[in-house]
Amino acid sequence: MSATSEVAVGIDVGGTNTDAVAMSGAGEVLAWTKSPTTPDVTGGIRASLGKILGELGERRGLVGRIMLGTTHATNAIVRRRNLGRVAVVRLGAPAATAEQPLSGWPADLRDTVLAGSALVGGGHLVDGYPIAPLDTDGIRRFLDGPAGAFDAVAVTGIFSPSYPEQELEVAQLIRDHGVAVPIAVSSEIGTLGLMERENATVLNAALYGVARDVTAALMTAVAEQGLDAATYFAQNDGTLMAVEYAAQYPVLTIGSGPANSIRGAAYLSGADNAIVIDVGGTTSDLGVVTERFPRESTMPREVGGVRTNFRMPDILSLGVGGGTIVDAGTGLPRNDSVGYRIAEQALLFGGATPTLTDAASLARVVVDGRSLPALSPATRSGLRAALAVAHDRIESAVERMSLGRTGLPLVVVGGGGFLVPDRVLGASEVVRPDRGDVANAVGAAIALAGGRADELCAAGERTDAIAEASRAAIERAIQAGADPARTEVVDVLETPVSYSTPPTVRVSVKAAGPLARIGQTPAGHLPPIKERV
Amino acid sequence: MPEPDPPVPDQSPARREITRADVPALAAGAAVFGTGGGGAVHGARLAVETAIDRYGPVRLISVDELGADDIAIVLTVIGAPSVGIEMPSSKDQPRILAREIERAIGRPATAVMAAEIGGNNGVAPVGWAAELGLDVLDADGMGRAFPEATMISMNVAGLHSEFTVMADVVGNVSVLRTINRAWLERHARALTVASGGISMAGGYVITAANAPGAVIEGSVSRAIEVGRTLLAATEPVAALAAELGARLVIGGKITDVERNTTGGFTRGSVTIEGVGGDRGRLVRVEIQNENLVVLEDGLVVAIVPDLITVVDSETGEAISTELLRFGQRVSVLAWPCDPLWRTPRGLELAGPRAFGYDLDYVPLAGDLEGAGQ
Repeated sequence: MSATSEVAVGIDVGGTNTDAVAMSGAGEVLAWTKSPTTPDVTGGIRASLGKILGELGERRGLVGRIMLGTTHATNAIVRRRNLGRVAVVRLGAPAATAEQPLSGWPADLRDTVLAGSALVGGGHLVDGYPIAPLDTDGIRRFLDGPAGAFDAVAVTGIFSPSYPEQELEVAQLIRDHGVAVPIAVSSEIGTLGLMERENATVLNAALYGVARDVTAALMTAVAEQGLDAATYFAQNDGTLMAVEYAAQYPVLTIGSGPANSIRGAAYLSGADNAIVIDVGGTTSDLGVVTERFPRESTMPREVGGVRTNFRMPDILSLGVGGGTIVDAGTGLPRNDSVGYRIAEQALLFGGATPTLTDAASLARVVVDGRSLPALSPATRSGLRAALAVAHDRIESAVERMSLGRTGLPLVVVGGGGFLVPDRVLGASEVVRPDRGDVANAVGAAIALAGGRADELCAAGERTDAIAEASRAAIERAIQAGADPARTEVVDVLETPVSYSTPPTVRVSVKAAGPLARIGQTPAGHLPPIKERV
Repeated sequence: MPEPDPPVPDQSPARREITRADVPALAAGAAVFGTGGGGAVHGARLAVETAIDRYGPVRLISVDELGADDIAIVLTVIGAPSVGIEMPSSKDQPRILAREIERAIGRPATAVMAAEIGGNNGVAPVGWAAELGLDVLDADGMGRAFPEATMISMNVAGLHSEFTVMADVVGNVSVLRTINRAWLERHARALTVASGGISMAGGYVITAANAPGAVIEGSVSRAIEVGRTLLAATEPVAALAAELGARLVIGGKITDVERNTTGGFTRGSVTIEGVGGDRGRLVRVEIQNENLVVLEDGLVVAIVPDLITVVDSETGEAISTELLRFGQRVSVLAWPCDPLWRTPRGLELAGPRAFGYDLDYVPLAGDLEGAGQ
């Protein structure tokens, strides 16, 4: 199958809608569908895939890859459903014993997930010197006793991102002890920052069951359709991972929605660098694409109330959306929205609640082919004033996201996009791409495979450390499905470590590459997690 | 609404407790007084909450309330915050340290004092006090955060500490008897490196007799007040500036972050371009472990030891220097330091030249209108 004739299908399961697109090898949108997300997300994937293949008609045979962006993992955490119970092992005692694992978690989530925890001897100092001998007996005793029944094990060692061997040794020890459940090791999941990395590792371990279900659902849906297509999952930095990889690292799918939306919108507009605004019913989310990747936030991020140190897209959320309620008396948008009830409650739809959609309609924007009923002069002036305030807020948000780069286009997507005026100060132009309403599915369909690695090193050895981190990041990208011949480093971040003698630098490298052609996906050779050493 | 302050009796000074509900405010306030340094407060906040859950609230006593037999020990974590987030402390460290100090002075301690109110070190001592069953003294040795052992109010006041005890995460204990604070800084730093980059230390013994004029009083309750205001505010930046009596130097976005490591110190500068009402203005903040100088058009707007904090423009949350990044929306606040730092000895120890800047100290005016005069 040639690269140009191959069709990619991107599916994005969002909180409200499940979108799908089919894209040609040349990057055109061949077909697209949008359907409400059902509580049975798996059924939704099946229905969405069936629908897009129906749209494709005879060309369905050309579908070579299917990329899924999904909120399964996020939903499981937020709703505390289908989560596994995790035995948590922390290596590094007597260091890091003042706080127990999961201590900052919401109590109900902790009760759902935590089977038991052990703080045992092990781990390393920043320079690699052992904190204490590895307490192998302590780990065995924990597995036999206090841990009780568990579905997975999470292992986190102090400074394991720099010295990963001990965690792998412990994973092997646990398997040799006859434990058959999956084991998550933190050096494969997060960066420096023990508690945040441990949190992410435990969440990952708790999500194995969810990952199994959703990967099985995708594979089944693909098999039912008789497709011979490679399948991938979208992750939070806007890159893809092979299904086998997603099954091992489900926590990395969290945050893929905004990343896909930002990349997809920029792609549809033809820009490698752009500010993107996605205007929904309740909020407007702004993000930035720099050289085709979402700009990442550097602040710690919470997932379902749990602090992690994942790199997530830098998103600015504004309380401005199509359903935002207008206080007609003061002429101000309120911090409240009619949400999905807009079709009953907004003035334009015969309701009694003035919204920003009504304000836009008053300013001669045609929404849904409707026109407003007769309004009092006071209401009209209130709506006009509120629209001006909304424009002002959008404009100032765009400026804040622009970092002073005035040449960037503003790409507008989302159902409430009409709230964004045609000229916005600070943006070179306002672009409203066709198919902007399925930008997130497009983002999934065009994504590259990626990986990231961190190293802590003496400042004098930074060149070697960058080379080592680059090698590890490229290897992870290839494991995630990237074409080895075309995988390259796309980002290097260096942060000096204060108070360190000798001066120390943390380097963080990200690599990405286009997906390997079918039949050469190395991820197929990735051993299942239980056998990984 | 934040909970109301406990009623203050007319005659005697207020006796109050730090409860679990005060901890988020203390952490937020300590981050503000950290002026970009002092380490992340999040971990300390969790540790203190855990300790209060286990051992109960901690009594906060003022310097005036110290009795003749009372002894406050000054406890602190020294070392790299970025190591601290990967290798948090051992549950045994405070006890090991306190026992060794008590052995050295031959008497039991009754209270814990923070060496610095800024950042992690302003929060964590409350948890240690809970665990040790001691009170917390409403005072600290900096009124902010500083990077070196010499930069402490007791040193400005000429108060001598005969020894310093260090205890690391592994359980190693060392008692240092150095001839002065400069040698202490050198030896403590070497030991800290051997211990993996972070250690806990205790030294000064504070009593009713030596505290007045040698410690900065009221800083713990002040941090709680500031944090409470910040967390309850609908316009956090403005509320914070008003509470601190701080000058809002600029509201803008970071357009450049430059860092380099020279002589074991991280040095850098951050450029902030004004937005909104500050559009067209450009301000540079010189940073090391803390924010040290604010410059505009080549002129000093604020300079160490006055306090300079960079906060998130939306939330008012203080951002530590290592988390400053291109593109962040920030506001810069500056307010006057404790008068002790403005004395010749204070400026010698912690003025601009102590940080390697060939600049004179220009005191920031205490009132908003007069700022910058």
